[in-house]
Amino acid sequence: MSEALSAALALLIGLDSKLVEIVLLSLRVSLSAVAIAALVGLPLGAAIAVGRFPGRQTVIVLLNALMGLPPVVVGLLVYLLLSRAGPLGALGILFTPSAMVVAQAILILPIIAALSRQAIEDAWREYEEQLCSLGAGRVNAALTLLWDTRFSLLTTILAGFGRAAAEVGAVMIVGGNIDGVTRVMTTTIALETSKGDLPLALGLGMILIAIVIAVNAAAYLTKELAQRRYG
Amino acid sequence: MDLIRRFLLLAALLAALPALAQEKFIVVASTTSTEQSGLFGYLLPIFQKKTGIHVRVVALGTGQALDLARRGDADVVFVHARSAEDKFLAEGHGVRRFDVMYNDFVLVGPRADPAKVSGGGDILDALKKIKAAGAPFVSRGDKSGTHIAELDLWKLAGIDIAAEKGPWYRDTGQGMGPALNTAAAMNAYILADRGTWISFKNRGELAIVVEGDKRLFNQYGVMLVNPAKHSSVKKDLGQAFVDWIISSEGQKTIAEYKIGGEQLFFPNAK
Amino acid sequence: MSKASILPLRLAEVSFAAGGRTIIDRVSLEIETGLSTIILGANGAGKSVLMRLMHGLLEPSSGRIDWNAPERPGVPRKQAMVFQRPVMLRRSAYGNVAYALKIAGIPEPRRAALVREALESVGLSHLARRSARVLSGGEQQRLALARAWALHPEVLFLDEPTASLDPSATREIESVIKAFDAAGTKVVMATHNLGQARRLGDEILFLDQGRVVERSPVEDFFSKPQSAQAAAFIKGQLPWI
Repeated sequence: MSEALSAALALLIGLDSKLVEIVLLSLRVSLSAVAIAALVGLPLGAAIAVGRFPGRQTVIVLLNALMGLPPVVVGLLVYLLLSRAGPLGALGILFTPSAMVVAQAILILPIIAALSRQAIEDAWREYEEQLCSLGAGRVNAALTLLWDTRFSLLTTILAGFGRAAAEVGAVMIVGGNIDGVTRVMTTTIALETSKGDLPLALGLGMILIAIVIAVNAAAYLTKELAQRRYG
Repeated sequence: MDLIRRFLLLAALLAALPALAQEKFIVVASTTSTEQSGLFGYLLPIFQKKTGIHVRVVALGTGQALDLARRGDADVVFVHARSAEDKFLAEGHGVRRFDVMYNDFVLVGPRADPAKVSGGGDILDALKKIKAAGAPFVSRGDKSGTHIAELDLWKLAGIDIAAEKGPWYRDTGQGMGPALNTAAAMNAYILADRGTWISFKNRGELAIVVEGDKRLFNQYGVMLVNPAKHSSVKKDLGQAFVDWIISSEGQKTIAEYKIGGEQLFFPNAK
Repeated sequence: MSKASILPLRLAEVSFAAGGRTIIDRVSLEIETGLSTIILGANGAGKSVLMRLMHGLLEPSSGRIDWNAPERPGVPRKQAMVFQRPVMLRRSAYGNVAYALKIAGIPEPRRAALVREALESVGLSHLARRSARVLSGGEQQRLALARAWALHPEVLFLDEPTASLDPSATREIESVIKAFDAAGTKVVMATHNLGQARRLGDEILFLDQGRVVERSPVEDFFSKPQSAQAAAFIKGQLPWI
């Protein structure tokens, strides 16, 4: 453990350009995936929260269940999709960061949609009569709720980010862990573990955790400050 | 407060960054042993400097690497299981196979050596003793080159491992490194390629117990994936890699790669 | 704004049931323009439900509810409602009022003046930039009234608007309601506060177990109630006026 700590420190102090590159790629891939999943997932969550349509309960159960989607399964599905022999093979994005973004976005879409659905539905219960009284239609109501639950939704997005940044199964398969191209923090950790360099792997793991904590702390502080102001 | 809007904007900006500058590259499906031993890390920058071609290595077991190429997802395969490679060629997925280099497999085991195989130069004899002693043995179990070699050795030793394996035989379904980690944790015997073993750090109580048997010979081959079958294959770039690696310069570079003064791979292209 | 009044509102044999229980039982009545109507009744008599039916938040189980000029989707409503617990959107006091105008289809350039006038009318101009959710209960209810005021509704429904407020906040709310009345808005308010009913109402609509038992001018209602239920209700409530 102390060996891992000193490995982590050495990595940080050295600010190895290779490590920086890997960390930046991790952030780029996971943040992109979060952005895409949020752009799709938040409106989807709001639509399900506010909408009334046949099969709604089934959709909610499915969405909740899909939060536990195993990354390896997502990786495999996206691999089959993007493989040259697959339906989207012509895009030629297998083993590129784009493929990793696609896989992570699919992985966390259910998380963002399901959690935002819950948060927005809770708010809808409070707002429904007032918004209907004002004559806001369902689309307007959904947009209003998306804005009014923005602090809860930030937490939802962070949950998605945490999951994306931490997963290794999907990016390993669709990214291929190619040195300098698709090697991110988690696949590097897996690789160093494979090589039996456990202190280095653990050191990298500590850096990953530190980054995730830093992102969460920043978001939490922003949220707290904003919430104090906006109630 | 446009917190979320700002966050999304940032993420969108990151996503919009060009997916790496356009560059000449090929995808090589290869094995964990070549990647994890550090050979590619040494070899590829030299190749790139000479040709300007970036090589993106996807390191998998030989079986998986060939499957990847079968779907057209790689331009070149660089693996080590002759029987599987010949099958790949026969199916028409490869253009032509070239020998590149060899190293050898070693039998690694605990220093305590419960099966009393240490020092013997006969791998078949050692496997028989391990089975007789019921000493823990870790198998890759992942259709990799090393796994295929291990199964061939059991067969040569007259043991039908699929039928005769007991609880002592642990099928892990993992890459070479993770399998070595498992063996180190269990104090088990394991067949490993020498390259990965030399570069492996978490050895614990493990050491080489049998080596030098000519049946432990481990030949690597390289093939361009057949562009006639897979139109996405970058024929010229891939061929340039194949040509270089079997050229005298490529061969010399392979011979130069050493860890702690020890040569890991021995070039033998004809 | 079109000239056709949405009043009178006609209810014909309107019933509402939920969970196997009849809450509103064959109510027929007409709400005309002019006088302030107070809906009185004990807890559970159906006051809130009746107002929500009128306002269109609930669909009757049977019977018909017709406005003189029916509402059409896409056309701004000419009625507003203020609830017992105001629902404040997570934005400034100003933003809450502006939001209502936006939903009502008032173009952006015209909103600012209307918002300022509405906040002024409830005495909240100085808190315009404050987040609505951090205001006190009384301030929030006044803001809810300002939100309604900005819309210049023809009919304003109020569902026990002061039930959770202290006496001084209650007085402020009542004066705003009077201002609505003075400006020509038809006020329909549910309350179980008899003093408030006297202060603000012109006529009383008395509900008991989902039925309209009595409808009479305020003075008549309190001096000589015609039904035994109303008499008992007045007597029972008096000590807490």
